[in-house]
Amino acid sequence: MLDKFVQRIPAGLRTQILRFAPVLILAIFLFAAPLVLSDFRVNLLGKILTFAILALSLDLIWGYSGMLSLGHGVFFGLGAYAFAMFLKLEASAGELPDFMFWSGLKELPFFWSPFQYAWFALPMVIIMPGVLAGAMGYLVFRSRITGVYFALITQALALMISILFIGQQAYTGGTNGLTNLTAVFGHSIYSTSTQQYLYYITAASLLAAYLLCIGIVSSPFGRLLVAIRDDENRVRFSGYNPALIKTVVFFISAGIAGIGGALYAPQVGIVSPSIMGIVPSIEVAVWVAIGGRGTLIGAIIGAIIVNYAKSLLSESFPDFWTYFLAILFIGAVLLFPRGIIGLLRKEGWHWPPWVSVARGRFTLLTSITNNLRRQAR
Amino acid sequence: MTDPATFTLLVFNGLSMGSILLLVALGLALSFGLMNIINLAHGEFIMVGAYTAYSIQQVAISLTGDASPAITYIISIPVAFLVAGFMGFVIERVIIRHLYGRSLDTLLATWGVGLALQQLARSIFGAPNVQVVSPGWLAGSIQVTDILVFPIKRIFIIVLAFVCVGGLFWYMYKTHWGRRTRAVMQNRQMAASLGVAANRVDGLTFALGSGLAGVAGCTLALIGPIGPSMGTFHIVDAFMVVILGGMGQISGAIVAALTIGMLNSLFEFSTNAVLGKVMIFAMIILFLQWKPNGLMQLSKR
Repeated sequence: MLDKFVQRIPAGLRTQILRFAPVLILAIFLFAAPLVLSDFRVNLLGKILTFAILALSLDLIWGYSGMLSLGHGVFFGLGAYAFAMFLKLEASAGELPDFMFWSGLKELPFFWSPFQYAWFALPMVIIMPGVLAGAMGYLVFRSRITGVYFALITQALALMISILFIGQQAYTGGTNGLTNLTAVFGHSIYSTSTQQYLYYITAASLLAAYLLCIGIVSSPFGRLLVAIRDDENRVRFSGYNPALIKTVVFFISAGIAGIGGALYAPQVGIVSPSIMGIVPSIEVAVWVAIGGRGTLIGAIIGAIIVNYAKSLLSESFPDFWTYFLAILFIGAVLLFPRGIIGLLRKEGWHWPPWVSVARGRFTLLTSITNNLRRQAR
Repeated sequence: MTDPATFTLLVFNGLSMGSILLLVALGLALSFGLMNIINLAHGEFIMVGAYTAYSIQQVAISLTGDASPAITYIISIPVAFLVAGFMGFVIERVIIRHLYGRSLDTLLATWGVGLALQQLARSIFGAPNVQVVSPGWLAGSIQVTDILVFPIKRIFIIVLAFVCVGGLFWYMYKTHWGRRTRAVMQNRQMAASLGVAANRVDGLTFALGSGLAGVAGCTLALIGPIGPSMGTFHIVDAFMVVILGGMGQISGAIVAALTIGMLNSLFEFSTNAVLGKVMIFAMIILFLQWKPNGLMQLSKR
């Protein structure tokens, strides 16, 4: 019955529906969740969704462009700091922020004062991480540093930025970070309605970021990214400049991560350097790997599942959680390198016939490209 | 800076820092040059080495009742080498062997191994830091002038690092397995088709690198506290050494480790520890603009 109905839909439209089906399902899930979850869980899910945005941004450069960044927590953190600086100044109500007073500062440092205006702070959420990623990325990509070298350099970046923020007590709040963020645009962050609004804004941002990423990877630019991942030299010899392309995508990815961070700050009420060290940065990679790299939706699913499991397990068994995380890291690469999405796509999975038509085209396309790739070797 | 005594002290500190970095980085450089993989659990082998030194000392104290046994520290160096080396061998056989050709995946899998080892150490030894009591013969210092004081510990670490490097060169250039290792490094397929058991070379070299990290752990036990996450502090610096030196080159690692050690001590003196590290990081990125492959490059065929 349903099959007959589906058969009537033109093939082109069917492909489109299949392409955007994950977006629709995700949207329904995200907007239905607050109706069934308790307020506490909604706030938790809102926090997890900011991590999903971060995972999405990593999948864009790891899954599609082949660059594993082990420093993505830094870009998330910079976005969080940019917005938290605005919130901190709002909470201080014209006074000097408390930690500056304790550190003996007499007046607001010059680079803090523009952050009292939302029109400055909000763009900085994207610009601060984006410019750091763009500048470092261009230098690194220009000297053709790829693969493991790139991963290690970004990991060093995570260490440097986090110790820099810890060391500059007077300007960043040191180890404690920016605490006591009480209100966002005049609404208390502890009130249920504000938390609900923040949740919906986060969910909408995640969907927007997801659509943006789908747009990028299915555009000609996205094809170039995959081509660079598979063979950078061929792209270079075809007349493109891989360094520039990679810098652009690294900039976009860092900007998306920054938006995630900015949404994280008001939902948690505190931003500290612990969100951008080495350990949180590399955990992002395991979320993406668990969900299935190079699939976008996999990154979102992976981030939600792993973080939800973390909040359930680490409260009651903190020791066990670390072992579990270790097993996830090893298992995700050794046993399930294609993640949850990879398992779902495996042969033997019974799709309805109308899906297999579209899937048939997809497999045809991939087998053609695979053949081309094999011949190229 | 103009003061020659201060300058000598800075150079000495740099040499001391550089020699520890070198011990840590040698294993990384070896396994990258050979198998094209980076082991993120390398820092945990340092921790294993340090805890080995601690355990041996604790056992000795409980057996003899002597509060600072002189001989146990010397024994713990080869034992730490063997313990860490054996663990490295097992991990190579069980996990890394399946991941050749997938460098980035190895990175994640070995990070998982590192997490598990850290938690294991936390379960066995507890989360608080512990301390190794330095043996008496390492306690003093050589005083040349008022400012110019060389602690014997530091001199010992420098000497130990040079002994290890010498041993490694001897292994690589004078033994059968070393020759095979160099052959596999230059051209894996050709070496394999000429009868070199490449996978055994891999396992052995990985164990050797891990063992060297264990020795580094012993030296770190002398100069600082021992904790489950101590490896993470040193590992990023070691990666910078490997990147600056050029992957897979022992001589590159030596030059890079000493350079970074010197710069570190210089910048720490003129600014502070944090800014020093950030400046070194920036300098390495800029240096790679000039020489993208690091100081020395292994010619692969």
